[in-house]
Amino acid sequence: MALLEVKNLHVEIGGKKILNGLDLTVEKGTVHAIMGPNGSGKSTLAYVLAGKAGYEVTEGQILFDGEDVLAMAPDERAAKGIFLAFQYPMEIPGVATMTFLRTALNAQRKRRGEAEFSTPDFMKRVRDTAGHLGIEQDMLRRAVNVGFSGGEKKRNEILQMAMLEPRLAVLDETDSGLDIDALKIVADGVNRLRSPERSMIVITHYQRLLDYIVPDVVHVLSKGRVVKTGGKELALELEAKGYAEFADEAA
Amino acid sequence: MSAEVRHMKTAAELALAETYAAAKQKLPGKGPLAVLREDAFRHFEAQGLPHRRVEEWKYTDLRALMRDLKPLASPPDASAKARAKTAGKIIGDVECRRLMFVDGAFASELSDVTPETGLAIASMNQALAKGDALVGTHVGKVIESKDAAVALNTALMGDGAVIRIAAGASIARPLHLIFVATGGKPASMFTRSLIVIEKGARAMLIESHEYAGAGSGDYQVNAALELVVGDEAHVDHVKIIAEGAGALHVSSLMASIGARARYNDFSFSIGGAVVRNQLFLRFDGEDTVAGIRGVCLLKGRQHADTTLVLDHSAKGCQSRELFKSVLDGESRGIFQGKIIVRPHAQKTDGKMMTQALLLSDTAEADNKPELEIFADDVQCGHGATAGALDEDLLFYLKARGIPPKEAEALLIQAFIGEAVEGIEHAGLREVLMEAAVAWLKARA
Amino acid sequence: MPAVQETVDQVRLIDVDQYKYGFVTDIESEKAPKGLSEDTVRFISAKKNEPAWMLDWRLEAYRRWLTMREPVWARVDYPKIDYQDYYYYAAPKRNALASLDEVDPEILKTYEKLGIPLREQEMLAGVVRPEGERRIAVDAVFDSVSVATTFKEELKKSGVIFMPISEALREHPDMVKKYLGTVVPVTDNFFATLNSAVFSDGSFVYVPPGVRCPMELSTYFRMNEKNTGQFERTLIIADKGSYVSYLEGCTAPMRDENQLHAAVVELVALDDAEIKYSTVQNWYPGDANGKGGIYNFVTKRGDCRGDRSKISWTQVETGSAITWKYPSCILRGDNSQGEFYSIAISNGRQQVDSGTKMLHLGKNTSSRIISKGIAAGRSNNTYRGLVSAHRKAAGARNFTNCDSLLIGDKCGAHTVPYIEAKNASAVFEHEATTSKISEDMLFYCRQRGMSAEEAVALVVNGFVKDVLQQLPMEFAVEAQKLISISLEGSVG
Repeated sequence: MALLEVKNLHVEIGGKKILNGLDLTVEKGTVHAIMGPNGSGKSTLAYVLAGKAGYEVTEGQILFDGEDVLAMAPDERAAKGIFLAFQYPMEIPGVATMTFLRTALNAQRKRRGEAEFSTPDFMKRVRDTAGHLGIEQDMLRRAVNVGFSGGEKKRNEILQMAMLEPRLAVLDETDSGLDIDALKIVADGVNRLRSPERSMIVITHYQRLLDYIVPDVVHVLSKGRVVKTGGKELALELEAKGYAEFADEAA
Repeated sequence: MSAEVRHMKTAAELALAETYAAAKQKLPGKGPLAVLREDAFRHFEAQGLPHRRVEEWKYTDLRALMRDLKPLASPPDASAKARAKTAGKIIGDVECRRLMFVDGAFASELSDVTPETGLAIASMNQALAKGDALVGTHVGKVIESKDAAVALNTALMGDGAVIRIAAGASIARPLHLIFVATGGKPASMFTRSLIVIEKGARAMLIESHEYAGAGSGDYQVNAALELVVGDEAHVDHVKIIAEGAGALHVSSLMASIGARARYNDFSFSIGGAVVRNQLFLRFDGEDTVAGIRGVCLLKGRQHADTTLVLDHSAKGCQSRELFKSVLDGESRGIFQGKIIVRPHAQKTDGKMMTQALLLSDTAEADNKPELEIFADDVQCGHGATAGALDEDLLFYLKARGIPPKEAEALLIQAFIGEAVEGIEHAGLREVLMEAAVAWLKARA
Repeated sequence: MPAVQETVDQVRLIDVDQYKYGFVTDIESEKAPKGLSEDTVRFISAKKNEPAWMLDWRLEAYRRWLTMREPVWARVDYPKIDYQDYYYYAAPKRNALASLDEVDPEILKTYEKLGIPLREQEMLAGVVRPEGERRIAVDAVFDSVSVATTFKEELKKSGVIFMPISEALREHPDMVKKYLGTVVPVTDNFFATLNSAVFSDGSFVYVPPGVRCPMELSTYFRMNEKNTGQFERTLIIADKGSYVSYLEGCTAPMRDENQLHAAVVELVALDDAEIKYSTVQNWYPGDANGKGGIYNFVTKRGDCRGDRSKISWTQVETGSAITWKYPSCILRGDNSQGEFYSIAISNGRQQVDSGTKMLHLGKNTSSRIISKGIAAGRSNNTYRGLVSAHRKAAGARNFTNCDSLLIGDKCGAHTVPYIEAKNASAVFEHEATTSKISEDMLFYCRQRGMSAEEAVALVVNGFVKDVLQQLPMEFAVEAQKLISISLEGSVG
């Protein structure tokens, strides 16, 4: 059984149709890239998977591990193992990154009926993980994303992903606003987390990121639907030809 | 116990009662308008002149500051009208349609009443006497105020302007309402104006209060303007208070602003012994954008109080307020600004800033910026600062060879410039900056 | 939008009946006859074996009070208080105690439930005590009477006097006489004057010159008796170059009737002295419909009487139906400093009108105000503050920041600052904001697995962090929990 099945998904925001019968199947342990021009519905898909308010599903289904997630609250989905790395991570003044991580991790564990981490165990874990991502201790003490550079914010997202160990990670334009060095660090962090137990959906506008995070499957999204699916070579084709050609196919 | 005991009436309060009793038969308007006056006077009488225990008048104790009542101004004679001609200079050669009110009475012969499409101008005195429909609809009703000074104005209102700008009309020249006191003898003036700007119209209003007599002027002004800004209208309102050094000036703006409108207000307060400038504005329609700014330049023993109540009654309106005061000598500058956001006025965006610059050790700045918020999805804030000129900046300028007084003047200009920049009309911006520079020069 | 609705619902669900400290202690008590008269004042004074001058002082206050009216300027609305319908004195019977062992076990149990380590022996034994935890001397006030003060002997060694004020009146009458009413005059305001007439107990602290008080001093106030007013009086004097940190906590059981609380706290800091006064107030706030709860009318004022002295107020206000409270600083000494850090949370039908006054009188005085107000449910939360620099206060400095957060659309948050500069060299800066918790921020937290309640609590704790940091460690943890309790309610 596939880990994620999106069937004929129709989504509106304030009465405006964004997704128009999107289908997507993600097998366990695979990395899928979703590419598409601005306004094709990439971020909407990411938000709908995570359960953001204001996105109205008018038709279709999202099954995660065979379970319908549409009725679940965002935190329920998170506890099931859906993680969204935000394109624009939120700043939370006054809340130390460390506190945020511990609250999130223990909330998920509690919901899953697992024991909460003790403070020393948690500290050890977070230090180790941060170390791998080149994250300074100082950043962990600072308020979540407040005053972080673009690169730091994205690294913080990957740190959270590493700590929360999701089964499905959705990376929404993780490459946006990053220079090549920052991109490499982030991609390296993501690649470390690839495992047969974890699937990923990498949403991006550019092919560049896929040089570093090599996908198993590439989908092209246009006007709210998947218009083409292929192997990693599809991304290169897209880079060469541009989106215009694929947009026509959707029409 | 003590608060239930009514205070002894002051001389001014007694004189107001006598004056009203004697004048009410002669004041224009019958029927509902006479009732309006009577109710207003009863309302005033019940509370008396506002004093420091009345929260809204905390810093301007009118009961103490208004020792007596000057006699109601008599209609201007030829010599008064001759003196009045010099008024309006403060805005230099900015081209305007001048409407002149001499000692509280409309002087049509000194005014430009040439017809213009979409523009109707009348005198308030006549409109009241005739029972004009526009006046009946709006006077005393634009913003229901409990304020004692407004009530007094309603009770004793004589003349003023009644202007209507038709829907969609665009009035090219600013309308300049000049209220001039000529100082022939001690007098009090109660002017009331009504300006209705209909849907989608464009207009610029300048209101100046001036003195054209000899000496410092022994007079009292209580002026009120009711302003109705229609949906999608674009309106600028600039009020210049340049009264004589002996004058007591209280003026009130009551404005209701419609949906998707643009409203830009500026107050420039430079002359008068005691000035109270009240602005009561309410957003009655959604998605309106407003800028409300002001500059106050005070010296000697001047006392000026700007009190603003901004009522966000509709969704999605944006307001920016910026008030600057420069205080020299033993002057006292007061700013009270309250932003109210009603429960349904979600998505309100209101920001208010008030700054006082103290140039002397004996000047005083009192600031009370208030937020009163009942809707949750809002972004509101205010800031207030008070202090002297930045010593480091002054030193920097002096180190570049600029003499101290000039350096000060430069910094003060920059300080007030921020607010003056909010005026859309370039010519007006310039003349007001010039007036400020002249004030600074006179100081040096 | 569902998430918005969810937040609103969650807040609406907050069940103030879950008030954690709402238990009644079953002990016999001795009360003064109901109502207020000269006889009541005499009764209280006699009970305390006070010197004659003290009775005169009280009677003068009482007579003055009769001529005064309740202030009406605050944004609080409550039915008229019938001052004859309260008991002005309630003491647990058998209150002449030789040692802690004689304290009524029921009372000790109550304090245990409140988490106050009252038993000195236990504390000294230090059972399962985390490393570095400071010891706290506690003066526990039960209704009107101080029942036990711990660590008295140890404090005595350093010369610190920490005892019930009723005892201080007997043991150190000159000192009490010298300072009592000098910061908050008898005639200061309606509630302070009432307190002056009928206060029954409270704490007295004197820290001698140059002494750094070896431990935190703490008072716990608990109102237990039905229909009692509690009028405690605290007087703290920090002599030259001394330092003291004082903590105050308050609780009351659930009662349908509104209980009246009108305390007065006076602080005096002499040259180079510093007083840090922290309060966590969680009196019973009333039920969801606004029934019951404490009326809290408090006058707290610190006098930086000496040069370079410093007084710092920190408060976490989560309880009471009505809060009327403005801990203030009179910055009289040159170079003196005043601080006010406040968290005020209102929920249900609570009404809070709180803030501070910073009166700059001396040269180069500075003050800092950080206020965080959180309004939820159908509550109203007002910050009211005055900063003024007098003619001679050259070089006065103030920085004020007051932020309000609204949760739900049935509550109100208001900011009323008065900023008065009568001196050109004063530099005053004030900023205030009002906003709601961003839905995007909550979604971010929930995507990471937190429930709506956890997300709100986390964000609010972040919002108030600058103030929490000012609290002594033990209090900060307690306060953080309290914030979550006040806002969550619907959890579980």
